[in-house]
Amino acid sequence: MRYLPLTPDDRRAMLAKIGAPDVDSLFRDVPKSAVVALSAFNLPDTQGEMEVDRAMSKLAAKNVAAGAAPFFCGAGAYKHHVPSAVDHLIQRSEFLTSYTPYQPEIAQGTLQYLFEFQTQVALLTGMEVANASLYDGSTATAEAVLMAQRITKRGKAILSGGLHPHYAETVETVAGLFGPVERTKVTPGSAEDIIALIDDQTACVVVQSPDVFGLIRNLRPIAEAAHAKGALLIAVVTEIVSLGLLEPPGAQGADIVAAEGQSIGNGLNFGGPYVGLFATREKFLRQMPGRLCGETVDAEGRRGFVLTLSTREQHIRREKATSNICTNSGLCTLAFTIHLSLLGEDGLTRLAQLNHAKASALADRLAALPGVELVTNAFFNEFTIKLPKAAAPVVDALVKKGVIAGVPASRLLPREKSTENLLILAATETNTDEDFDALVTALKEAI
Amino acid sequence: MSEVRYTDQHEWIRLDGDEATVGITKYAAESLGDVVFVELPASGKAVAAGGEAAVVESVKAASDIYAPAGGTVITANSALEAAPSKVNEDPEGEGWFFKLKLSNKDEFAKLMDAAAYAKFLELL
Amino acid sequence: MSMNNQGRPSGAGEAFPAHIATISGDRGLDHEEGLIFELGHGATGVDLPDVQISDARLGGARRNGLIGLPGLSEPEVIRHYVRLSRKNYAIDSGLYPLGSCTMKHNPRLNEKMARLPGFGDLHPLAPQSTTQGALEVISALMNWLTTLTGMPAVAMSPKAGAHGELCGLLAIRAAIAARGENRKRVLVPESAHGTNPATAAFAGFTVDEVPAMPNGRVDAEALKAKLGPDVAAIMLTNPNTCGLFEGEIVDIAKAVHEAGAYFYCDGANFNAIAGKVRPGDLGIDAMHINLHKTFSTPHGGGGPGAGPVVLSERLAAYAPLPLLVAGADGLRLIEDAADAPEGAKPFGRMCAFHGQMGMFTRALTYMLSHGRDGVRQASEDAVLSANYILASLKDVMSAPFGDGPCMHEALFDDSFLEGTGVTTLDFAKAMIDEGYHPMTMYFPLVVHGAMLIEPTESESKHSLDRFIHVLHTLATEARAGQTARFAGAPHLAPRRRLDETAAARKPVLRWKPDPLKEAAE
Repeated sequence: MRYLPLTPDDRRAMLAKIGAPDVDSLFRDVPKSAVVALSAFNLPDTQGEMEVDRAMSKLAAKNVAAGAAPFFCGAGAYKHHVPSAVDHLIQRSEFLTSYTPYQPEIAQGTLQYLFEFQTQVALLTGMEVANASLYDGSTATAEAVLMAQRITKRGKAILSGGLHPHYAETVETVAGLFGPVERTKVTPGSAEDIIALIDDQTACVVVQSPDVFGLIRNLRPIAEAAHAKGALLIAVVTEIVSLGLLEPPGAQGADIVAAEGQSIGNGLNFGGPYVGLFATREKFLRQMPGRLCGETVDAEGRRGFVLTLSTREQHIRREKATSNICTNSGLCTLAFTIHLSLLGEDGLTRLAQLNHAKASALADRLAALPGVELVTNAFFNEFTIKLPKAAAPVVDALVKKGVIAGVPASRLLPREKSTENLLILAATETNTDEDFDALVTALKEAI
Repeated sequence: MSEVRYTDQHEWIRLDGDEATVGITKYAAESLGDVVFVELPASGKAVAAGGEAAVVESVKAASDIYAPAGGTVITANSALEAAPSKVNEDPEGEGWFFKLKLSNKDEFAKLMDAAAYAKFLELL
Repeated sequence: MSMNNQGRPSGAGEAFPAHIATISGDRGLDHEEGLIFELGHGATGVDLPDVQISDARLGGARRNGLIGLPGLSEPEVIRHYVRLSRKNYAIDSGLYPLGSCTMKHNPRLNEKMARLPGFGDLHPLAPQSTTQGALEVISALMNWLTTLTGMPAVAMSPKAGAHGELCGLLAIRAAIAARGENRKRVLVPESAHGTNPATAAFAGFTVDEVPAMPNGRVDAEALKAKLGPDVAAIMLTNPNTCGLFEGEIVDIAKAVHEAGAYFYCDGANFNAIAGKVRPGDLGIDAMHINLHKTFSTPHGGGGPGAGPVVLSERLAAYAPLPLLVAGADGLRLIEDAADAPEGAKPFGRMCAFHGQMGMFTRALTYMLSHGRDGVRQASEDAVLSANYILASLKDVMSAPFGDGPCMHEALFDDSFLEGTGVTTLDFAKAMIDEGYHPMTMYFPLVVHGAMLIEPTESESKHSLDRFIHVLHTLATEARAGQTARFAGAPHLAPRRRLDETAAARKPVLRWKPDPLKEAAE
């Protein structure tokens, strides 16, 4: 087997040194009856690289990649162009095959990029501190709610109906253990009156902007109302590129920002791995979950970086930890950091403007189709339209015409009959005029 | 004339009249290593004997500090928030954590005195 | 004879005097590197058009002012991150003996497969008719995991080991609630990974610690004595964190089930027994599998991981959304509880979308490459290599449970260093100067000054012998009082020991522009 360096001679010599007659004798603590024969596993045997490549490639070919068709899906995962340098750099052995930087003397590479990442996230979100990432945007949102429950010592969480339904379900599953989680009803394309629901039992309000229908929300009045009742505002961002154009949640009074960072540096990957961004105010630092990297000096006075404040974490605090989280999203944070470094201030601004321009152009063309109504009037690169008939079959019909038209709202909210005709579409810098033509033509025929 | 007693969790408590001052022993401070953070109780908080009252953190460890005897927190040593190193420099003096008004002085009387604590340490 | 006496000298010359500082601060290939924020100068690494847009559709939310991001060109960005990379140790560059972390070889075919556009460029909410190949990957991986573990079901969405633990405990919680019971206590051995008690508390349980016995195993009698009508589950790692197999596990499982509780197994060490022992045969109800350990998806400097959870018949119905079912039109994801097949009662959702697909493709590629025989051989080689290290070092380093064979990890304590003035930390840091990453230190907690060595199956005998020689010599020197190399080690790494106290007392967690420098500009 090509990945196993020991030869039969090596194994014999090693057993002799150990003084064991055979390998099975090393498993003597395992109950005899529990050791099974190879034939007990109805699975294939070793294959060469070429055969495996062929088998996996065959499976990959059964899928329609986003780049292989006019493509308009968003709803929490976005197709962007990732510069070639990003994937090259993250595949360097020293990044790809290193462990968590617990030995800082020989892990400054990882530690320094985490420090850069934390700074970038704090700047983008307009917050004071950010951690070294969580699993993804949805779990970051759940962690934010738990953190708010700890800080306020209250249980109730209010989730905006514009929060991505998968995020809301993730929060309900975890934070629901510690207090009631209420999800508001929302009319797609407009903001619900969430302020009226905040009371003095409320730990936090969770508002996504742009929301799952693409609508840009004004967080300021919600932050003020929450603070007046001693509650926190958690702002959620699923399309992080939007912050290249929009006012950051930190400037609007958010106390915690939980975001999905996939759009910068990371591919679609059928839903993961992604990278959860998490930022907050300095005063809440000790309640923040996840790994943190901090600056310090070494024995010779040179600047260096270490993981710090780890007493909040599971390996030390055990059952008193702020969270059970053990990993961050290491390599995805690196991809994020490199891509954002390539973009810089100017590049990110241009990218965001381009996305908005593309989406606006597409919205205009679709809204001009008879029977199609633009539901979202303030948006970044994603918006919702109402079709004259159910959206899901239309999307399926368009697949046959080679167009991936977007995400039917009914896929996310199957129990909401009122969303049946709604289609959520995203347009990014990757979409061309030809893509738009193909979509408009196909959609016109389908409705 | 103040009296000092000790717990098997390495807290010390000094009684002056009704008021008791609580901290961690020199032994505890040395075993923890450099203290980097303390979390102090709010004034007015009621604590039971053996109940969690404060938290002390070094780089590698976080430990709860238990109230050696029950009572109400009168004040906490907020100077430690800015300078947690005082816990290492002077654990049984300037590095005190909080003051209590004891609800039952018998609980104090049952604790180890200096000689008993010294003996207890020898056995560890 | 004609002679060219103008050529360059070709001898090796004198050594560079250690006390002379270089002008640049760099030392040969070891470059000092500033933060990206200190290097930016208004250049750009991308070419994008400057499109003018109106504010009409921005809801009045357009940003004023700058974000503060630095601007660099592509060559500058590449050089920056290449230089940073060279300050890292990696499994590709050397033996990485971190016990319990499983730093094994990461085959590059796996990386290539995960990047095929059909996987890497696939949207999670694309119409399911266009994602059948991806669903087949998930289905095939589920089959491998359930077959290797002998368990009937698996929940694929957890994003890491600890997330898998949470998933398992939430399934247990749901099962207990469905029985109309209220069980609040979870038993956790004191040798457990920190995530176990943290997860139990996180899932709303109270934690009750079970002591270890002098032979490194959990005290089965003490465990049984703690069982009662309020016990929801036990969480046991097997092989355990001391690198030993819990031989009484079948007996423990039986007692746990008789008490009406569930058996959660931390599968972090499944790599010692994969292809040889099926956890399902041992009476386990739930176990997460760290794809980044056993099935070699790269650790990536601390993530991303993946932690699918296999479930017994008793827990299978409570697996979280999404579920994967086979139908007439192929495979289908069930994303809403209302569409769940008969009998399924999903407890909720662990995360958005369907889990760590990028890790699934890598893990499946690993499994197809190894095959069942390769998986078994890998487990055997991992155990053989750990025992070889144990046998080769136990004369100079102290093995607390030294008599019996170990599984895939060799555990030592610090009693061999007693009186030398050298600590576990010094010993481990001296390994850095020798070109090795230290072993896991001070874990598990049940052993004083623990050093846990996991060589994995990826090392050649030559590599193991060299490693053994270095550790043997270090231990011998320490015991002989030759301790100069240990004090303040490492001396030869990109950095000396770092001041973690200062970092924690006054946390500096982000770069900020230097106000003096700003004012001067």
